Amino acid sequence: MSIRLEHVGYVYSEGTAYQKQALKDVSLEIPQGQFVGVIGHTGSGKSTLIQHLNGLIKATEGAIYYNDKNIYEKDYPLKELRNQVGLVFQYPEHQLFEADVLTDVCFGPRNQGFSPKECEKRAREALEMVGLKEKYYAQSPFELSGGQKRRAAIAGVLAMHPKVLVLDEPTAGLDPKGRDEILDQIAFLHRESDMTVILVSHSMEDIARYVERIIVMNQGEVLFDDTPKEVFSHYKELESVGLAAPQAVYIMHELKERGLPVFTDATLIEEAAYEIMAALKKEKEE
Amino acid sequence: MIRDITIGQYYPAASKIHMLDPRVKIICTLLYLISLFTFKNLAGYVFAAVFLAVCVRLAKVPFKYIMRGLKPIIVLLLITVLFNLFLTPGGEILFTFWRFKVTEQGLRTAVYMTIRLIFLITGASLMTLTTTPNALTDGLEKMLNPLNRIKVPVHEISMIMSIALRFIPILLEETDKIMKAQTARGADLESGNIIQKAKAMVPILVPLFVSAFRRANDLAMAMEARCYRGGAGRTKMKPLIYNRRDYIAYAVMAVYMIAAFSAGRYLPFHVWIF
Repeated sequence: MSIRLEHVGYVYSEGTAYQKQALKDVSLEIPQGQFVGVIGHTGSGKSTLIQHLNGLIKATEGAIYYNDKNIYEKDYPLKELRNQVGLVFQYPEHQLFEADVLTDVCFGPRNQGFSPKECEKRAREALEMVGLKEKYYAQSPFELSGGQKRRAAIAGVLAMHPKVLVLDEPTAGLDPKGRDEILDQIAFLHRESDMTVILVSHSMEDIARYVERIIVMNQGEVLFDDTPKEVFSHYKELESVGLAAPQAVYIMHELKERGLPVFTDATLIEEAAYEIMAALKKEKEE
Repeated sequence: MIRDITIGQYYPAASKIHMLDPRVKIICTLLYLISLFTFKNLAGYVFAAVFLAVCVRLAKVPFKYIMRGLKPIIVLLLITVLFNLFLTPGGEILFTFWRFKVTEQGLRTAVYMTIRLIFLITGASLMTLTTTPNALTDGLEKMLNPLNRIKVPVHEISMIMSIALRFIPILLEETDKIMKAQTARGADLESGNIIQKAKAMVPILVPLFVSAFRRANDLAMAMEARCYRGGAGRTKMKPLIYNRRDYIAYAVMAVYMIAAFSAGRYLPFHVWIF
């Protein structure tokens, strides 16, 4: 069970003045159950890349295999693929349309052909998973606050029980508390089930905290594809393409330069604190 | 896909036509459209075709791009052709088809009408393809300025127009995004009968309307925050001024009008019945 991209390329509006190469020779394999982060500067091709994963955009070059089947083959059931690979777009609350929250979350399962009773069961489960209180279920989605709308929209995709969950900046425009809650819930879901999670984010702190693998996109190409510690050790290169490493990485490098013997591979604040304490202790002993 | 709609869209290129004053392009397009309806024989159409081809060439807009703009009017064209072909009396009967008779006059009208419509759409889209929406409304505002005296709110009309034009690509993009989002949630937009298809539009139209209102609201706020109070006393950063090339364009247009008009009406150039 995996998603495999082989030499995928995509060109927007080919043959016009707006022609743009959005993806160039992207080859990746994402095994089932991984928590992957995708980072990149604005316009680096992140959003284009993830829309390929459930066949919304057809690559102009290369092929994509889901469970070893080429999704561009003639009779490939794209609808089934979209049931398995759930995609949460940027600002997903802009897609809410029903009269009440519960019915809106039911939209996905209903399209999958489940009975109304099963739809409601799945919708309730999904809403519980994203932590939306029951008193909101009967309300119009347009009356909710920004964070609640976002939760309702994410629940709309979760209710389809995807095997792969792709989130395009799920926390953009949310306050810190809402951001942490949503990401914690996604991480919890990932731990509890065998779901693959692909998280696109601009926040290096979030990425460092949650993911086990980072794909760095730059001008439509994969620049790095490795564990967070490896990727963030290239913090100078990341800066040159308009990105950065988490603050902890900078602190550790700075400390080391000034003579404190610390390991520089800490990416989280907690790890950094632990490393510094250990180094200080050692210094004291000597 | 929905992005393929090209009517009213701008195509950036560095060409002589792009650089012309928008007023020149508006007036010349209007004159060209009028000229199409004065022809009585084939010579005029040949003349108009050559003129249009030269303009397209000068504009450096790919031919394929212009052709794409013609796609949406194919149905309209077909209806026009059929009605004219079968329902115009006059002249010799060329052939009969069930209860319909195709007359000489009918065939002639149908062919002329098709050519006219194609040239008309191509000519008009050449104007919008080579002129930014803002330049277009600037040009219109300046041209209609005299109407201010009889209390026509020219500035307001042109502001409404430029906002409307500006929003076309934004809303197209938004529609594209919402369609993708709902497809990702399993919405089926293609199959089914007409009622099912109409029903399938609800998940797209509701968010689209909501977003259009939200954007309108934001825009109104932004305009107020910058103290926009209508056109009174407002000056332009780049006022429209005619250049040498604009006068040349007018001269070329005048020559074309005279030549096309006289050729189209008086040149004895006939092929078969045309």
